[in-house]
Amino acid sequence: MLAFTIRRLIQSIGVMLVVSLIAFVMFRFVGDPVDQMVGLETTIEEREILREQLGLNDATPVQFLRFVGNAIQGDFGVSYQFKRPVATILGERMPATLELAFVSAILALVAGIPMGVYTALRRESVLSKLFLMISLIGVSLPTFLIGILFIFLFAVVFQILPSFGRGEIVDLGWWRTGLLTSSGLKALILPSITLALFQMTLIMRLVRSEMLEVLRTDYIKFCQARGLRSRSVNFGHALKNTLVPVITIAGLQIGSLIAFAIITETVFQWPGMGLLFLQAVQNVDIPIMAAYLLLIAFLFVMINMAVDMLYVVVDPRIRIGGGEE
Amino acid sequence: MTDTPLLSVRDLVVQFPTRKGVLTAVDGVSFDIKRGEVLGVVGESGAGKSMTGAAIIGLIEPPGRIASGQVLLDGERIDNLSVSQMRRVRGKKVGMVFQDPLTSLNPLYTVAQQLVETVRTHLPLSEKQAREHALALLDEVGIPAAKRRMDDYPHQFSGGMRQRVVIALALAAEPELVIADEPTTALDVSVQAQIIDVLKRLCSERGAAVMLITHDMGVIAETADRVAVMYAGRVAEIGPVRDVVQHAKHPYTQGLMGSIPTLAHDSDRLVQIHGSMPRLTDIPPGCAFNPRCAHAFDRCRQDRPSPIQTGERAVACWLADQEVGQ
Repeated sequence: MLAFTIRRLIQSIGVMLVVSLIAFVMFRFVGDPVDQMVGLETTIEEREILREQLGLNDATPVQFLRFVGNAIQGDFGVSYQFKRPVATILGERMPATLELAFVSAILALVAGIPMGVYTALRRESVLSKLFLMISLIGVSLPTFLIGILFIFLFAVVFQILPSFGRGEIVDLGWWRTGLLTSSGLKALILPSITLALFQMTLIMRLVRSEMLEVLRTDYIKFCQARGLRSRSVNFGHALKNTLVPVITIAGLQIGSLIAFAIITETVFQWPGMGLLFLQAVQNVDIPIMAAYLLLIAFLFVMINMAVDMLYVVVDPRIRIGGGEE
Repeated sequence: MTDTPLLSVRDLVVQFPTRKGVLTAVDGVSFDIKRGEVLGVVGESGAGKSMTGAAIIGLIEPPGRIASGQVLLDGERIDNLSVSQMRRVRGKKVGMVFQDPLTSLNPLYTVAQQLVETVRTHLPLSEKQAREHALALLDEVGIPAAKRRMDDYPHQFSGGMRQRVVIALALAAEPELVIADEPTTALDVSVQAQIIDVLKRLCSERGAAVMLITHDMGVIAETADRVAVMYAGRVAEIGPVRDVVQHAKHPYTQGLMGSIPTLAHDSDRLVQIHGSMPRLTDIPPGCAFNPRCAHAFDRCRQDRPSPIQTGERAVACWLADQEVGQ
């Protein structure tokens, strides 16, 4: 178990180094950073001094190492647009995105898993067919369209929910949350459902197909042949086996919830990292883009590791290696 | 004890509706099993052996269903019970051992967990008592160091050991009948005999009857009290094992017996039944075996023979009918 953890940790560090190389290359070679920082009237001598100060004349590997070293300490440089440290700006925006992604993930799991189980167990029922139809819509309609539809329905026609922003924010010092005020919670409803819908239908379809697979196995038939209660067969034996592969996909999906919140954040003007990233792209704000790239990569790597660990906890075949006699 | 047989199957018909029409997998099968008796059921793959077993315990996969006939346990019908009533019969009165021990056990629970759950579903025991019961069972089926190994997961056991665990699970609630569906087919030849031994010993100690489904005539000859030979969804011949093995009446049974290699008779070639069993979609009119039968005559190609009872034996063959008539 320890060896396994260490091996995964080393792999993760490798991945992070590759991603930071890409971020660094973007930083260094997409346009000249000096040009971005100074005005037109700056002389060549002044530019050279700035170059020297910024360490841009050092050998490329040295620059890369310095970049990684700074990144580890949370120093991603200064944003071109806002003239403030990137780390501070991201720190302000992160709670909004994480809260949105977290609530969406919970929604997707809490609704997706039971719907998947239900449609697998009651294949012929009307409700199952309805769920499957809804899921088809959820998978095929693009997120921005669903978002705009929601805004039209609930904000324009019925006027019961706000169409943009986070509502009232409570500042906890290290975290600015919208979960503690009623307007904050109200503002969260539409974006989180929009973001969750695709994942929910994906999880539902995944749980359904895995569950149907498991229900056909010999050990489930043997459970039935032993007269175990159907609740125990369906949930104790079948669902637990279903969840092993579902954990992997669901974990990766949570990563993409955070990464692809961009569209939802744009539609609802949600002041999170996604919206910030999109603004950075429009303004060629490379420090923010690089930092965002690194942050998302870091989140993915962490989630992947957590998923692997969870796998070990759930599946004894991985936890306890083969003890074949 | 009354004369009511423990299990009585009457004109059982199992059908599968398909796009090409209704397939009849089991076609009018009747037999009895007495208390403590071992009935061997032999036949080729697709003869309806396993389907008959699944029908008795009520686990035919939809869209398959029992189209007609009755299954009586202790004189009471069990083929028309509700789901929850049938659940109480399974495990408690009728146990089942499946073919492949590698896939019969849930990989995510320890052997002890699976046993304890099964025991506690049917018997009013505490967690601790159920664990003791489980340990005793594992000891009985011959798991070495059962106390230490009962908290291991199925993947930590070998195939033979897993099949012992499966037998322990099937017998956990002391059923009166055990249906063993090819319990040794997936195992190494070297452990097959051991598993049959364990199954036979445990059932006879408990007075449980066994329906042993196999295509191994050797196992039947050694283990069973009576044998039913199935062909194309019907019982071709049924009777005491000694009579059927030594004086087979149905040409198909004779063919089966001829195909067993023996050490006693040093024959050069084994007898072979020509052709193969018809598919369910094109069972010939008359006796299903007639195209492969060396003794077939006109009547065999027109009328379908029903089992004709003589003493303890029944044979579904017009040849036997002539014998009786004479």
